[in-house]
Amino acid sequence: MSRHPIITELRRQLTDACVLFEPEDLRPYECDALSAYRQLPLAVVIPETAGQVRATLAACTEHRVPVVARGSGTGLSGGAMPLANGIILSLARFNRILGIDSANRVARVQPGVTNLAISKAAEPYGLYYAPDPSSQIACSIGGNVAENAGGVHCLKYGLTTHNIQALELLTMEGESLRLGGAALDAPGYDLLALLTGSEGLLGIITEVTVKLLPRPHAAQVVMAAFASVEAAGAAVTAVIASGIVPAGLELLDNPAIRAVARFMDTGYPADAAAILLCELDGEPEDVTAQIEQVCAVFRNAGSTSMQVSGNEAERLRFWAGRKAAFPAMGRLSPDYYCMDGTIPRRHLAHVLNEIGQLSKEYGLPICNVFHAGDGNLHPLILYDANQPGELERTEELGGRILELCVEVGGTITGEHGVGLEKINQMCVQFNSAELEQFHAIKHAFDPGELLNPGKAIPTLHRCAEFGAMHVHHGRLPHPELERY
Amino acid sequence: MDLQASLIEQVRDAAGARQPLRIEGGGSKTFYGRVVNGTPLPLAPHRGITAYTPSELVVSARAGTPLAEIEAALAEHGQMLAFEPPHFTDRATLGGAIASGLSGPRRPCAGAARDFVLGVNCINGKGEYLRFGGQVMKNVAGYDVSRLLTGSLGTLAVLLEVHLKVLPAPQRELTLYVECSPAECIRHTNEWIRQALPISGSCYLDGQMMLRLSGTGPGVAAAAHRIGGEVFDESNRFWLRLREQELPFFDTGQPLWRISVAPATPPIPLEGNWLYEWAGAQRWLTGPVSADEVRQAAVLAGGHATLFRHGDRTGEVFHPLPAALWSLHQRLKHSFDPAGILNPGRMYPGL
Repeated sequence: MSRHPIITELRRQLTDACVLFEPEDLRPYECDALSAYRQLPLAVVIPETAGQVRATLAACTEHRVPVVARGSGTGLSGGAMPLANGIILSLARFNRILGIDSANRVARVQPGVTNLAISKAAEPYGLYYAPDPSSQIACSIGGNVAENAGGVHCLKYGLTTHNIQALELLTMEGESLRLGGAALDAPGYDLLALLTGSEGLLGIITEVTVKLLPRPHAAQVVMAAFASVEAAGAAVTAVIASGIVPAGLELLDNPAIRAVARFMDTGYPADAAAILLCELDGEPEDVTAQIEQVCAVFRNAGSTSMQVSGNEAERLRFWAGRKAAFPAMGRLSPDYYCMDGTIPRRHLAHVLNEIGQLSKEYGLPICNVFHAGDGNLHPLILYDANQPGELERTEELGGRILELCVEVGGTITGEHGVGLEKINQMCVQFNSAELEQFHAIKHAFDPGELLNPGKAIPTLHRCAEFGAMHVHHGRLPHPELERY
Repeated sequence: MDLQASLIEQVRDAAGARQPLRIEGGGSKTFYGRVVNGTPLPLAPHRGITAYTPSELVVSARAGTPLAEIEAALAEHGQMLAFEPPHFTDRATLGGAIASGLSGPRRPCAGAARDFVLGVNCINGKGEYLRFGGQVMKNVAGYDVSRLLTGSLGTLAVLLEVHLKVLPAPQRELTLYVECSPAECIRHTNEWIRQALPISGSCYLDGQMMLRLSGTGPGVAAAAHRIGGEVFDESNRFWLRLREQELPFFDTGQPLWRISVAPATPPIPLEGNWLYEWAGAQRWLTGPVSADEVRQAAVLAGGHATLFRHGDRTGEVFHPLPAALWSLHQRLKHSFDPAGILNPGRMYPGL
């Protein structure tokens, strides 16, 4: 089999150890954490120096070969899935923490450093990095920036975009840019915001300066059970309305509670229709005062039982069940598919009921474990990929859930990104002019369209095809387009 | 009043005629940025809160809505715009606050204007009506254009409606003052923040450090005990007058420089009157200094300088950008506003 000339070129420019091209070496890179979609790339390049990254981009520009950047491959939307005619650019070897400035509460790190490693390095200074996606022991900060990753503490501490201060970026044309800086703001347009969550379509991140926060001196969790999902949803609203911003506010429905109970002893009441985990953190005096306020709110909202963590071990035990929820589903079902729609909180009960209806309609069980405080749903559809047609039915059900989220004024993705997975639903959320504006932004950064093409932002042509299959309320989403 | 349709038409016509537009809100920040020559596009009549459910922590309003109207609506439910946007006059609008991207004393602890923008509806330079982001807390569908537009001074799009995250107002606030040197103020404030003390405002002026604490009653009392110092009365008026630049410090008629650096940066040895905010991250300077001196000193300290008020509003007001970044700015401007009709030159000449 003849090799693509880019492989020869890359091996010449970088060392052999940096370039993988034999199918068995490429196999580990065929997918990210959305493993239902797989594709082998032309080659995987694992550079060690910024010069090698630059050389790789130059070679790809010359040969017109697309580049898909990859951190740890923990993304859930197929953003790092290879393209058959492209290379994977792995930033895994850029794994050094370059410096911690405790007085200014920032850390300069390379993109391949894991999320949790930053907090560990900052610990001696009493500081930490706040966003905590569930994959934080493995996921890279570069990937977090590319996806604008969230976690369970977003309501109070924000997403990645709120917690980074500067980026070093290489454009496809080989220009090195510094966005943001040592100060809290930078002159010109807020390109730091634009790059965060751009899913590898605008540039290659080569360094990140993250903000570090003081570790709160106290944290406690209230676990409250409710007799209906509606009551739990109303309690979420009541807490927020009472003037408290919890550090975390998570909901598990009954199927999720029972799945976790089969996996470990968490102390969650097995008969509850739903439980809420509400964490308060801060100075000990503040936490004590707010725990009392939250308990009163839950009591008024009809909570059937409540427990407050009395010590750190108990707090961690309450969280352990939440954190084990996804692996527990993995035991319950051969496969599961995790959605990420986000809605205005007031529609929680309605949307959860509708999801229950859809679950029945498609004959596929759904568990709900999610960031209730943010309105960020994570319905998990349980399915078996070995059953013919079940993945396709699951995808269709997932699509229906996302469209329901858009219908109530929400979004198709709160923190996982669009990637390949939700690219069709982008046509539901945005109209042609908006998609064209996105493409124009991409063009300003990457006129040759070589960075992760085909992900995140659908072409109008793709939307026309999707729309043709998919008419809502008798209205075509893109009536201005020709259909054939 | 909803003037969306008419505004879209005006921008479309201007794009066709390649006629520059000068976007106007309440005129409270006309002094900021560079002078724009163009046909006025008044946004102030396009006003009104369009959605506000306190338990959602989100408010939506048309761009011409007075900031004061929004803040009053929030205050009724014990909520606030946590980035404390400066008004500068009582006609300040939401659109102007977001287009200028300015934030007040709470910025280092709560976040900047851009951190609270959840979504915008806008018109680009082609006269197209576009919606980005939304009314939910988390949203990563598409590029984050809402935050890109924040602080872009109307050079990319005309803001029509903005969705903002709001926060509950603190249950208790208290202001302390301590006599010290500027270097001590910077060192202590940053150290207290690192120790998780709930500092929500800081200012150093005339040999005194002022600190605002926010939280629950017991939390604020405990923090005040650890910091020491004297309790300052009239505290709200002080932070308001600081935010509005109504303190005598700002009342000189001389060029006012804003210097943005890493907070713990030691005092910069430039002659003039200094006022420190944001734990040292935002510093104001008036005095007998040239633009070159200020910009050089800011760069040396790892930051940047803005000619905030007065001085030559036809020259460089914002810190010049490196060549590669500048070229990207031009391309981005072109992607939103190919005819170059939206507030041309308000931020940089040629943008």
